[in-house]
Amino acid sequence: MRKRRPNYFAGFGSLVWLLVVGLPLYVMLIATFQSRPDYAANGPLAFPGHFTLDNYIKDLDSGFAQYFFNTVVVTVCVVGIVVLLVPPLAYTIVRSRGRVTTTVFRLFLLGLAIPSQAVIVPMFFVISEAGLYDNLIGVILPTAAFAMPVCALILTGVMRDITPDLYEAMTMDGASPRRVFFQLVLPLSRSGISTIVVFSALQAWNGFLFPLVLTQSAETKVITLGLYDFQTEHGVDTPGLLAAVVLSMLPVLIVYLFARRALVQGLMGVGGK
Amino acid sequence: MTRTATFSAADGTFDKADSSGIGAGRPGFLWAAPATLFFALFAIVPLIMVAVLSFARWDGLSNPEFAGLDNWKLLFDDPVMIKSLWLSVLLTVLGVLVQTPLSILLGVWAAGHQRNRAVLSAIYFVPMLLSVAAVSVLWRAVLDPNFGVPAQATWLFGDGNLFGTQAGAIGVLVFVSTWQFTPLHTLIYQGAARAVPRVLYQAAQIDGAGTVRQFFHITLPQLRNSIITSMILMVVGGLTTFDTVLILTQGGPGSDTTISAYYMYQKAFKSFDYGSASAIALLLVLVSTLISLVVVRLSGYDKMRSTMEGL
Repeated sequence: MRKRRPNYFAGFGSLVWLLVVGLPLYVMLIATFQSRPDYAANGPLAFPGHFTLDNYIKDLDSGFAQYFFNTVVVTVCVVGIVVLLVPPLAYTIVRSRGRVTTTVFRLFLLGLAIPSQAVIVPMFFVISEAGLYDNLIGVILPTAAFAMPVCALILTGVMRDITPDLYEAMTMDGASPRRVFFQLVLPLSRSGISTIVVFSALQAWNGFLFPLVLTQSAETKVITLGLYDFQTEHGVDTPGLLAAVVLSMLPVLIVYLFARRALVQGLMGVGGK
Repeated sequence: MTRTATFSAADGTFDKADSSGIGAGRPGFLWAAPATLFFALFAIVPLIMVAVLSFARWDGLSNPEFAGLDNWKLLFDDPVMIKSLWLSVLLTVLGVLVQTPLSILLGVWAAGHQRNRAVLSAIYFVPMLLSVAAVSVLWRAVLDPNFGVPAQATWLFGDGNLFGTQAGAIGVLVFVSTWQFTPLHTLIYQGAARAVPRVLYQAAQIDGAGTVRQFFHITLPQLRNSIITSMILMVVGGLTTFDTVLILTQGGPGSDTTISAYYMYQKAFKSFDYGSASAIALLLVLVSTLISLVVVRLSGYDKMRSTMEGL
């Protein structure tokens, strides 16, 4: 076995990075529990004298509850579309070796390279023409489409790891593609599917550009856009603004605590080796 | 996800079975059709429209007019555009230079198996969870010249207005992207570092090589593929940065942080010059596609190899 010597340099470096990651998060949390005058007087680093939840209550009253709800709607619908469409796609890519499928796979690989900014101009007109401007559906459709390439990549990776013997055994028994999909592929890809759920949810929850360009009224505003507007309109209310940031990340943080493994594994798969 | 080592061999036999005629029970294209149509409609069709619009003059109201190469000529005569390209490249290169060594060191460190490393890596990951919008808003508040940290630490930040100079604003942008995206790259290196065969280290240890030599002579060369993948992700991400600039600097001071993606947004939705905006957009797609094709080739992904191999 390899003898372990403590590496003080690495240990020190990792603690420095902990500080870099942790300090801003600390500043953020501390600020949200103070009143505005307290924050201005104490400065961002001081521990607050008395805690208050007013910033959160104020944010929720001033529209963030609505933005929150909209974001949930967008996220749930995007995840729904992705989970409905991507598993059969990945199944085909892995199992059918026809030329069409290869082309389709290359199309999705190309999709990885298309930045959403690049298509935002035509998207604006397509969505407007379809009568979906300033409508959550208009945000959901492109967001789902742009989450698909990475999800397809993650899921094909997972489905490829199912041993071919299993497919062969089922095929020998005369199982149809449909039965193979529902009785073999889906149950064995559960971990991959949870990864794409988490991944597409994260994409949808944190989406910014599509809502920015495709919606305008308060009724269709999502959280990220709410944050942006809050900053441009009441930039001086730092505690209120940071409370909104905390609200925006709360559900993601909860999901992370429960689905950490799926998320981390899925992202590792994207990196490749 | 656990059967990884035997996969390539298994894949070989699988191909043989295929050519010997067991094609029954395989899904047809119809299975992929809904996803493909959906994706084509919302990603590929707009992409084609961008290409067409880049050769048109259009204010979004009247009918688009064919303009030949006018948009492209104008772009390359436009000093702000030239500057924005240069800034995009500068920000990307700085990002790669800062994030690569940092995430390699953190990733290799986190690949160790002690419990404290698992806990720390879990904390390191948190910035990844925040949206770019939230991260930008957070840092804008933390670095606020009057109420933020710089006002408290004047010994470090001088007058504290980091957003007032080009160097300051670019520094902030690079720092904020590093803060947010290092976790992703750390994760890539962590996975790869775990896959480095133990035998190599044992052999090196017998030869008396220390930690530093092991790092440079074993770990780094073994991480080569991951370094390529990670850098390309950084380049594509860097070239298409948008939200960070919109929220943190609005392209300022002046046009000192107006990168191409942001300039495109301004052209389209502030000056309503959709033709020029489309030309910039197409340029971004071309560059990022080119880079991604390189990744696909280098990583061998299109050869349908398992990505879980060795992870």
